[in-house]
Amino acid sequence: MTDLLAYDFMRYALIAAIVTGLAAPAVGTYIVQRRLALLGDGLGHVALTGVALGLLTNVAPTLTAVAVAVLGAVAIELLRTYAKTSGDVALAMLFYGGIAGGVMLVNLAGESASTLNSFLFGSITTIDAADLVTVAILGLVVVLLSIGLSPQLFAVCQDEDHARVSGVPVRLYTMFIAVLAAVTITVAMRTVGLLLVSALMVVPVAAAQQLTRSFRSTHLVAMVLGLLAAVGGVVASYEIDTQPGPTIVMLALAVFAVAAVTRGVVSLRRSAP
Amino acid sequence: MTSPLTARGVEVDLAGGPVVRGVDLTVGTGEFVTLLGANGSGKSTLVRALVGLIPARGSIELFGTPLARFRDRWRLGYVPQRPGSSSGVPATVREVVTSGRLAHRPLLGFASRSDRAAVDEAISHVRLGAKADQPITELSGGQQQRAYIARALVGDPQLLVMDEPTAGVDAESASVLASLIGHLVDDHGMAVLMVAHELGPMRALVDRAVVIDAGRVSYEGPVDGVRHDHAHDHPHIGAPERVRPVPEEGPLG
Repeated sequence: MTDLLAYDFMRYALIAAIVTGLAAPAVGTYIVQRRLALLGDGLGHVALTGVALGLLTNVAPTLTAVAVAVLGAVAIELLRTYAKTSGDVALAMLFYGGIAGGVMLVNLAGESASTLNSFLFGSITTIDAADLVTVAILGLVVVLLSIGLSPQLFAVCQDEDHARVSGVPVRLYTMFIAVLAAVTITVAMRTVGLLLVSALMVVPVAAAQQLTRSFRSTHLVAMVLGLLAAVGGVVASYEIDTQPGPTIVMLALAVFAVAAVTRGVVSLRRSAP
Repeated sequence: MTSPLTARGVEVDLAGGPVVRGVDLTVGTGEFVTLLGANGSGKSTLVRALVGLIPARGSIELFGTPLARFRDRWRLGYVPQRPGSSSGVPATVREVVTSGRLAHRPLLGFASRSDRAAVDEAISHVRLGAKADQPITELSGGQQQRAYIARALVGDPQLLVMDEPTAGVDAESASVLASLIGHLVDDHGMAVLMVAHELGPMRALVDRAVVIDAGRVSYEGPVDGVRHDHAHDHPHIGAPERVRPVPEEGPLG
């Protein structure tokens, strides 16, 4: 383990993994509570267009990805609010456009398939110091806001009508959750990759739910499990020479399986005479 | 003293069609008013408009302030129609009730000691003390309804608006709620507006019944004066007259 830390790129990758592992489930808990588990997937697709714009214009892809993903999040929330009947199809088209446009623009920028691959599934060797600063700042902001505003966010996700009557600006907060998710996707892009980022928002939450009974404990346990999966996945991907994104996600799914089995055993024991 | 709720000429259109037509409604301090009516009469829609969940024409004032400019949200407690499905992440009774204190809290920061005390008190008032730290989805329907009423009461509201709080609620829960709400109305002057199909033990508390039929007020007066067919004179040609109230109804009620 200590020899891993001898490499700059590995130190950067581990710091990015810590931030990503905490931030993704911090937002993901609200997304699961609102039953929007697939929102992250769509935003990941849209963010790819942002990455491609950055590559094409020689602007840092992390920054263009944040900008485009946030715009996408706002567009998605507006569609969900105002286009009630056709919203579903409109969302799907936005997502297809995001990934198709992204891949085309990456081609036009003259980038190789491996560059594209590193954004889609993560790559621990491509994180540089400037990226890391952006990722760390954005990730910490996401974690702090997710925890600091949890009374309001919980109320909105638990019961929109009641929150609105209580004077909570519900539309603003649902938009805010989508924007937090968009920022998280960019944070996670370098480690987990855009296609699998949503898994790190959802799977640790699903795993935590097997073990917890309250919202707050689900939120915190999900962040701990996300952290373990992200750091463990980055280390394992170095050791066995795989891409970090799939490694992190498989590890998270393994954690979920263990949690689900644990729950099953515990409830069997409880129900036994 | 201004009434907690004064509505004049309220009209609501949903999906292009008129649902509520020219309704006048007042709820005074310490008064318990119940809204009765058949399925689809517009009573739930009316209540959702009165608390600002759906747009309406006409004049709606809460405590003398037009609804659009009403900011003292803690004065209004609201119990929505029971949500159909639970949310994806577990939440305990205590967490759900705590969310009812939001109107009292600053934007950031933990719940204060007085918030926590109010939450404990509201939970014990609805007799869910033993279940406070259980996920709300593990409770029976009646117990869940008590938790949602605790969430509405935890902010010490002066007007409590409840949409079918007694639908599908067991007898024990119904009597716990009736005695609690009776105490708050009689001793604290809380005003209540309740949509109901079945009054049950709440019947003794009702000061005035308002029957809504096809979006208009068809009766207003003592609950004993409500003819049995009032709630059911909705044109069901050929359908057998309903003798018992319907326990559940659709979202537009």
